[in-house]
Amino acid sequence: MTAPLLRLDGVSMQYGSGETSVTALSGIDLTVERGELVAIMGASGSGKSTLLTIAGGLTVPTSGEVVIDGHWVSQLSVRQLAALRRKTLGFVFQDFNLIPALTAIENVSLPLELDGWKVKRARRAAKDALSVVDLSDRETHYPSDLSGGQQQRVAIARAVVGGRSLILADEPTGALDSTTGELVLRMLRSRVDAGAGGILVTHDARHAAWADRIVFVRDGRIIDDAAASRIENVLV
Amino acid sequence: MSVRQSLLAILDQGACYGYQVRAEFDHRIGSTWPVNVGQIYSTLDRLVRDGLVDRDESGDDGQTYFEITAAGRTEVAGWLSSPVVRSTSTRDELTIKLALAVTLPGVDIAQVIQVQRAATFRTLQELTRTKNATENPESAEELAWLLVVDSLIFQAEAEVNWLDHSEARLLRASVKPFPLSTEPVRKGRPARSEK
Repeated sequence: MTAPLLRLDGVSMQYGSGETSVTALSGIDLTVERGELVAIMGASGSGKSTLLTIAGGLTVPTSGEVVIDGHWVSQLSVRQLAALRRKTLGFVFQDFNLIPALTAIENVSLPLELDGWKVKRARRAAKDALSVVDLSDRETHYPSDLSGGQQQRVAIARAVVGGRSLILADEPTGALDSTTGELVLRMLRSRVDAGAGGILVTHDARHAAWADRIVFVRDGRIIDDAAASRIENVLV
Repeated sequence: MSVRQSLLAILDQGACYGYQVRAEFDHRIGSTWPVNVGQIYSTLDRLVRDGLVDRDESGDDGQTYFEITAAGRTEVAGWLSSPVVRSTSTRDELTIKLALAVTLPGVDIAQVIQVQRAATFRTLQELTRTKNATENPESAEELAWLLVVDSLIFQAEAEVNWLDHSEARLLRASVKPFPLSTEPVRKGRPARSEK
């Protein structure tokens, strides 16, 4: 049996100290396998976005361990962690976070180029990634020339380019209309079905339903995991 | 839901014999709403009785054809152009179950909600998988099927949202459930109040 792509063991996060301290997360255990999309649901302030930033190694938890693709995050140097993030993780945010001065293909190839890839090779990989999200005809467009849905698809291409295997999406459909949001989720789902793993943070039940497993977070704790069930059968 | 109006709308496209009406119905929406042939014939009989359809047995092929009348066409046009009036009945089992449970001492209402939400989420996931399997509808029948699946998805989502809302409302509320009343209950109808 292969190790999970992501594992959180007893992760807690506290801001401040003493009487004014705030517990954002408490004793979170969570795994994400390859080929699995896990939705995290919860009200505003429940801790779900904090959970995502910890899962992505952007925030260091107060206690507990994060293991990404077999690497214990707490044992990595800053440089090693940055390299792991570049090679393994892809983030998708509600507001796309594309660089306005770069074209679609430049946005997608940038993380690879920062990782030392030759520009030509990085652009080739970016081209492939844009083709997967049906944006081959928008490679040279700037973000301002793209619709919200197209920008989010560029962000998904950037999240998976170069064989990145763990996609962390924070309300990726929040700024999109219903139909476009569904298209983005379909793309996300297809990348996961192709072998990536993913976390989808959302407060929308209809969007969470694209996941294999739904985890509910309330007051920094997982209140219900398996109860929402993993669907084993692919329906027609 | 109206088999009657649906059959009438099909006949508005041209005269059909009984089995043909059923085949057209199945072809269009039967996968989401199976109706047996007996129901089709009894509905056609009622449409004839009401003057919305004429029965024609003069064909060379020995079939009895059903042909829409002018009144039938008016009814179809009215049906397609007017909104469907939803029932405002509260006799939905889940609604009644939660409403009753909240009054019963000893019932873990949070657990009732949690169990229901998990089940509704499973339904939502299954429906989403079904939808995901048909990305681009290639026929009007597939499109019709997707519309139905979408409708079921939005209904399930509404149920989850209502359960979440109910859970939050229960957390805020400080009312207690109540036991069986010890007051004697008179038999029969309540006494008429004196004016």
